[in-house]
Amino acid sequence: MEGFKTLLYKECLRFWKVGFQTVLSPVLTAVLYLLIFGHVLEGHVQPYPGVSYTAFLVPGLVMMTVLQNAFANSSSSLIQSKITGNIVFVLLPPISYREFYAAYVIASVLRGVACGVGVLLVSLPFAALSLAEPGWVMAFTLIGGAFLGSLGVIAGIWADKFDQLAAFQNFLIMPLTMLSGVFYSIHSLPAFWQGVSHFNPFFFMIDGFRYGFFGVSDVSPWVSIGVVSVCFVVLAVITLQMLARGYKLRA
Amino acid sequence: MNPAIRVAGVTKRFRSLQALAGVDLEVAQGEFFGLLGPNGAGKTTLISCLAGLARPDSGTLEVMGRDVVRDYRAARMALGVVPQELVFDPFFSVREMLRIQSGYFGIRNNDDWIDEILHNLDLTGKAGANMRMLSGGMKRRALVAQALVHRPPVIVLDEPTAGVDVELRHGLWQFIRKLNQDGHTIVLTTHYLEEAESLCGRIAMLKAGRVVALDTTANLLQRFATHTLKLRLAAPVSLPPPFSARILSQEGAELLLGFDHYDDVGHLLAGLRAAGGEITDMALGKPDMEQVFVGIMNQN
Repeated sequence: MEGFKTLLYKECLRFWKVGFQTVLSPVLTAVLYLLIFGHVLEGHVQPYPGVSYTAFLVPGLVMMTVLQNAFANSSSSLIQSKITGNIVFVLLPPISYREFYAAYVIASVLRGVACGVGVLLVSLPFAALSLAEPGWVMAFTLIGGAFLGSLGVIAGIWADKFDQLAAFQNFLIMPLTMLSGVFYSIHSLPAFWQGVSHFNPFFFMIDGFRYGFFGVSDVSPWVSIGVVSVCFVVLAVITLQMLARGYKLRA
Repeated sequence: MNPAIRVAGVTKRFRSLQALAGVDLEVAQGEFFGLLGPNGAGKTTLISCLAGLARPDSGTLEVMGRDVVRDYRAARMALGVVPQELVFDPFFSVREMLRIQSGYFGIRNNDDWIDEILHNLDLTGKAGANMRMLSGGMKRRALVAQALVHRPPVIVLDEPTAGVDVELRHGLWQFIRKLNQDGHTIVLTTHYLEEAESLCGRIAMLKAGRVVALDTTANLLQRFATHTLKLRLAAPVSLPPPFSARILSQEGAELLLGFDHYDDVGHLLAGLRAAGGEITDMALGKPDMEQVFVGIMNQN
């Protein structure tokens, strides 16, 4: 257990030591989105009755930041360790693959939460937010962060070079988050694209998270939490299998 | 008493390369053991299998009687590995890195031991420095420190002196010798054969994934090496039997002769004079591990 705790501590210390890059930069990026989209679309778009566009946008940006940074944490840590070779320091000690997995995923969730809280705090002066169902906010943050943390572990282990990881991030994670309803309600989309959105697990994460703030959403939060939980369990099983076999880590 | 290391029938293949082709060996507790072989012989693969960084296709490996696969936690607790590559985590200082490494092995509040290791490796002044700021030799010693944080009874050093200057190398060996005297089992791989000869009590030589020699250093030297007499002559000569049987190598007027006892030197020189040889330079050489190594590798 001490090995797990130390690995978790080390993973948190790693991103905290470069906090400008890992926490403050994503917060700034999200706030820029908020200022630009909020300024252009406020008054023109009202996704939910009684909810301003800027207020609608804030939870989406918070969750998008949580997800992207959870992925970035585990994936970048692993690929850096693999490329520099210092991954051996984690592989030589008596740390089980389950402890390894848990430490990387929990550290990812914590970075996601740190970034998400940062975006939320900085956004508060720009929008009147309610917190209708905080339990849903917590649940989607944790499961969504863990899902992306797991995906980051897979990407970090699979990628042999930074270029491959960038492809994973830019061609999979980025489109899935941007097209998940962060900036719009899917009810504003044509029927076909509404259908397509239901195949995007990120949509359910954003929609369920937003429900926690406004008490309204495009689909029931119970459906969303079901979809997200199943996706997380499937991904966790795949990741644990990879780690148990030592895929690309133990020759 | 369990051996410190037991390797039985270990094979490992990487695609078309048979890295280990059935390795068997035992290292007793408290030994200073050398693992020699040319590049690609399988030394690092064997160490990787022992440390759990690679999984053998067949066979078993034990550290202090603990199977490295079935009982990996106990086996890894008993083993400290200094990797061949100069790797480090650029995010941390030397002390942070050693505290983290202690934690990985389940040890909290390890600062007293960390201070002792840093002192012995002459790194006390660099405890707060980031790993990136250290010179190559210091990084190498920091790697040794990392392998020792959990006080493992068995320490494996994979070419620890590659790229380390002479002074640091001596300091490092002094410390490793002290660890061995304190009861730690040391397994060393190195390309510096004189190091292996002076430090190791027993040596195994690997070639193409097989153990081709395994004996005490003294026996290997006795069996496979001779004293040498290196001569430079004024002009090349042709030595007649039985002296010609003593020629180890001949390049023009340079002649390398082998002999077993110093009494033989007089006979060899007399034979040379009789053959018309005029000596312009002469040097005596003791049996050394390089001869043993070259001889065994050529035999196999």
